[in-house]
Amino acid sequence: MKDLVGLFPYWAVIMLMMTGLYIVIAQGNLVKKLIGLGIFQVSVFVLYIAVGVVDGGTPPILDDEFAVYSNPLPSVLILTAIVVGVATLAVGLALSVRIREAFGTIEEEDLLPLTAPTHPVVTGPEAETDTNAGREETRP
Amino acid sequence: MESLLMIGLLAALGAIAITVAFMSDLLVVAMLSGIFSFTCCALFVLFDAPDVAFTEACVGAGVSTVLTIAAIRLVGRHEKRGGRRASVVGLVVATVCGLALVYGTLELPRFGDPASPASTHVAPHYIEESKGEIGIPNIVTSVLGSYRGYDTMGETVVVFTAALGVLILLGGAQSRPLGRGEAPARRDRDVILRTVATLFIPMTLFLAPYVQFHGAYSPGGGFQAGAILGGALILYGLVFGIDALNKMVPERILRVIAALGVLLYGGTGVVTMLMGHAFLDYYAFGAGPSGQAIGLTAIELGVFMTVTCVMTLLFQRFAIRGVM
Repeated sequence: MKDLVGLFPYWAVIMLMMTGLYIVIAQGNLVKKLIGLGIFQVSVFVLYIAVGVVDGGTPPILDDEFAVYSNPLPSVLILTAIVVGVATLAVGLALSVRIREAFGTIEEEDLLPLTAPTHPVVTGPEAETDTNAGREETRP
Repeated sequence: MESLLMIGLLAALGAIAITVAFMSDLLVVAMLSGIFSFTCCALFVLFDAPDVAFTEACVGAGVSTVLTIAAIRLVGRHEKRGGRRASVVGLVVATVCGLALVYGTLELPRFGDPASPASTHVAPHYIEESKGEIGIPNIVTSVLGSYRGYDTMGETVVVFTAALGVLILLGGAQSRPLGRGEAPARRDRDVILRTVATLFIPMTLFLAPYVQFHGAYSPGGGFQAGAILGGALILYGLVFGIDALNKMVPERILRVIAALGVLLYGGTGVVTMLMGHAFLDYYAFGAGPSGQAIGLTAIELGVFMTVTCVMTLLFQRFAIRGVM
């Protein structure tokens, strides 16, 4: 039993990850999905950092006072991943903004009928005029 | 004590994540996700990763939240009610995935185990040899800039590419012409906001170069310094209006500097190759730590330029987009 206590941080992080996954699947709003994805992403970061912890270690900055350091590699991988994460989030948000401008909604259930094969999605500048007709119908 | 703190922080994170799932006001959700990031920062410090906590605080909690709110302004604040039909499917998928992952962890080394494969593979080399090979105390900076410099170049290019993506997606005709912005924080009404910002922005501007150049000795480096300077510029734009920000740092200059940052990073690699060494092998600039110092300074400067400009550009793009 005592053996399993050492796994508790991983399990807590898995629970956080799955909450994020649930938000991505269950919520219809695209921005909410992106925020859920963000929670999933940060939880994965926590998991990586948790793997690098060494009992009795200090942060990996060399000093004569300390002998035991935590693993520097997860820190390196995750700190670059955080910056990439915000950049990809921005692309996702930009896509949501364009979807809202073209279709008047960012709710999944309203968008799915609009993207069915009978309703070809036009991209580019001409899409703005083409989808104006659809926009009227979907606006609440 | 430390494990109690850890349990408390993890419980707080769980509570925030579950609240996010049940809230339908997107503005509240955006704030909660910022709080989630800040709580994670505390956890990262507890887990001996101050560099990561630093980055998460400025990027995850700061810039992400601002960008999300800027997007919510454009897409509407309230989520449509009744979009919860898939929630049973979601619950089943999440539970099954979670249980599978828990089953997977049973074979993992225990938390904090010094003999785990992660801590016995390359990490001992970094910890024991980096002082002699690279010559700086912050091992994270050594690994980031030198041992795994190729990897970091890829990440810098990804950040730059994402900025290109946003510029293409939000660069079209619907952007509001500059000079006709909504009124910035009004002089008579937002005295506290303007005063605090006036005090904070110069301090933040000083902090960024400190974090940049002290990154070899303490947590910090190009990514963090870039996010801090970008954050200061975003704060300026938020309080004094997007037009004032555009006047101070026009978008075309930001675009050029962002590209120059990537060019400086890649160019450093090409120069090392021309000098007869491997790509990004800083020993080309001199044997031992002196060569490493030149190489690291160059690439960290490249990262700093790209990250600062990309963060500011992303905010500008969302902010000048006209409201639907």
